[in-house]
Amino acid sequence: MEPVIVADGLTKRYGNVAVVDGISFEVGRGEIFGILGRNGAGKTTTVECLQGLRRADGGQMRVLGLDPLTQAAELRKRIGSQLQESALPQRIKVWEALDWFASFVPGARDPGQLIERWGLSDKRTTHYSDLSGGQRQRLFIALALVNDPELVFLDEMTTGLDPAARHTAWDLVRAVRDAGTSVVLVTHFMEEAERLCDRVAVFERGKIVALDTPGALIAEHCKQITVRFSTGLDDLSWLAAVAGVDEMVKRNGSVEVRGSGAVLAEIGAALVSHGIRPPDLRADQPNLEDVFLSLTGRRSDE
Amino acid sequence: MNARALLTSAWTEAKLFVREPMTVLFTLVLPLLFLLVLGGVFGNKPNSAWQGQGPVNFYVPAYLGLVWASVGLLVLPLHIVRYREDGVLRRLRASAAPKWAIFGSQAIVASAIALVGGAVLIAAAELTYHVRAPQSVAGVLGAWLLAGIVFAALGLLLSCVPTSRGVLGAGLGLFFVMMMLSGSGPPFKVMSSPLRHISNILPLTYVTRILEAPWLGTSLAWTDVGVAVGIALAAGTIAAVAFRWE
Repeated sequence: MEPVIVADGLTKRYGNVAVVDGISFEVGRGEIFGILGRNGAGKTTTVECLQGLRRADGGQMRVLGLDPLTQAAELRKRIGSQLQESALPQRIKVWEALDWFASFVPGARDPGQLIERWGLSDKRTTHYSDLSGGQRQRLFIALALVNDPELVFLDEMTTGLDPAARHTAWDLVRAVRDAGTSVVLVTHFMEEAERLCDRVAVFERGKIVALDTPGALIAEHCKQITVRFSTGLDDLSWLAAVAGVDEMVKRNGSVEVRGSGAVLAEIGAALVSHGIRPPDLRADQPNLEDVFLSLTGRRSDE
Repeated sequence: MNARALLTSAWTEAKLFVREPMTVLFTLVLPLLFLLVLGGVFGNKPNSAWQGQGPVNFYVPAYLGLVWASVGLLVLPLHIVRYREDGVLRRLRASAAPKWAIFGSQAIVASAIALVGGAVLIAAAELTYHVRAPQSVAGVLGAWLLAGIVFAALGLLLSCVPTSRGVLGAGLGLFFVMMMLSGSGPPFKVMSSPLRHISNILPLTYVTRILEAPWLGTSLAWTDVGVAVGIALAAGTIAAVAFRWE
């Protein structure tokens, strides 16, 4: 199937600094595509170029088969956009904003349904200026979806949401994708990308340093698994010979074994065969945050 | 063409306008107040200083122009520059909103404000001083529309000023100078020569004269119309090039 986004060598400079430096990627139809990176990595500039809000200095782009600069009007009817640093008139009411944005395209979604789905029913007649940060954020996501877009850009969509609202938002984004909308999700929030995205591109200093499914990235960049259990037994030297084990640390009664592959199952089997059945045997799987750390040398929130 | 986009935008903007008491006050109440004060001071007896007209009769067309000036120099550019500062323009630009609907809705709301402001003025002048009816209603309507085009273009030009602070300063300064020297204050006849020179470079001076001619039945100077159209074209062209969404 034709990809919804094709970017080839996309470059954007401010002065001599290339904030986006020759980036290439494709987003498939029906995909939730994550753009991951720290502040200043070039994520927002990239999606702004893709929406025709900024003029790229180099490279080729196609979004839904259109040129974002010369065919912006046509493109914006078919995409949804939730931007950072944007706002609504202070005195506009929630329902008025959705009605207003729904009027821009024929066949828009029912504003009432979006208000309900995004948990704004009791704020229907509240002025924008009186909404909390989280409520504003939800209103912006609803506005991004009101034209029933084929592709939606969500830039840091869960910023300002509390954990419960964040999980609700993730469920709703999955539902949006299941209804056929492709999603580009810009985030610096690793858990969000890992849970939601089919594929993620890791941005660092204007370049893509890795691009794959979260699982593949973890398997490739963070092979190490840490297995933990506790036991009263002192001599555990035989554990070093178990397949996949790299090293072992023992403190008081608690044991920490680092290894890779099927090391958890192998350790489990070896423990049982030695007559040890620790009830707290568990493994810490590496996550996207570990991938990020190994790829960029710093944590995502640094 | 998507008429629903234009009408919904205009209706939304109109509701937002009436929720801003300061702008309502400036456009609808302030010109009315000035006209009534001038009427209270000078009455409406024919007087040679006002070209042999009753002062209130003389001032009504000038104040129709002044309402447009307050819309174009203050309301419109302040509204747009605040939209830009807050990121509303950024949000609208990224949406499917057609640009002509965004600007068209501003034009509709601005015209509605000027229309209501003008109607309130005429009604008040009629109630208090039985103001003389316009000599040519069609002429006044045409002049009023031209006044709107001139001040819409000036408003768009002012909205290219980057900050709302700058717009407020420039807009208020221009508004008060024009209010004093463009025909809604002391008559041209009693002004000193330097004041007349200033008056002659103010857009509202030409707009006022164009409104006065069909209202009072005096002859229209087509050079005034030419100057007004020139101002509108120049301001509109510069604004179209200089306008920034962010």
